Amino acid sequence: MVPLQYYLVLSAILFGLGAVAFVFKRNIITIFMSIELMLNAVNLAFVAFSQAFGKVHGQVFVLFVIVVAAAEAAVGLGIIILIQRNRQSLNVEKVNLLKL
Amino acid sequence: MTPVLLIFFVLAGLAVLGALSLVLQKHPIHSALSLIVVMVCLAGLYLLMGAEFVAAVQIIVYGGAIMVLFIFVIMLLNAGEEERTDFSKIAKFAGLPLALALTASIAAGVAKSGANVAGSGQQVIPGATGQISSMLFKEFVYPFELTSFLILVAIMGALVLAQREKK
Repeated sequence: MVPLQYYLVLSAILFGLGAVAFVFKRNIITIFMSIELMLNAVNLAFVAFSQAFGKVHGQVFVLFVIVVAAAEAAVGLGIIILIQRNRQSLNVEKVNLLKL
Repeated sequence: MTPVLLIFFVLAGLAVLGALSLVLQKHPIHSALSLIVVMVCLAGLYLLMGAEFVAAVQIIVYGGAIMVLFIFVIMLLNAGEEERTDFSKIAKFAGLPLALALTASIAAGVAKSGANVAGSGQQVIPGATGQISSMLFKEFVYPFELTSFLILVAIMGALVLAQREKK
């Protein structure tokens, strides 16, 4: 069997890459995709712990996370369409109403 | 090296490459396709851990529904290559070390908590799908019903957001 630590380190690497993409990217759709990447990394850790403990609680929580991610994608993409309609751009630099 | 470990390293390497490609690609559609690679690799890892149901849901919901929605929106809005804007001077030098520090600290934290678990189990849970379903409809029945409400609210929110303003 694969040791638990391997899965956890992979999960941390994927989360870190998602966080980097979240900060570095300028396209709002790509930023949104990096959020999905981070959610996926956390799901991996959930399933790995579930297997290590021999209980399915972690897998049940993964299902809840997936449901919330789906709801978030629906609302978030609606917001993205609204931003494109109002600003004619997907660049987050142009969406700076709350910037100091 | 056992075959299971070999499969793990192939899938894990593909997943990390996909995530790197998501960061480095300029065009959003390429980023979306890289993210699909990551999700399929993660589904393979779930299968490796004996979580068949989660693997199937991962492929169907993430790979099939959410990513199709993303690609649909990218094509609908005709999103082009992203424009590079100037980073601040600090970001240029501090960005990569800070990202590495974040990843390392998370990895150290979770690996440490994983070390306390090691030794218990590490076996494939038999009949996991049946256990999940009975748990979902017994212990977690209220959260389960609440998620259906959440989806309803999300659908209504998306409708309200996306509709055109009436004059």
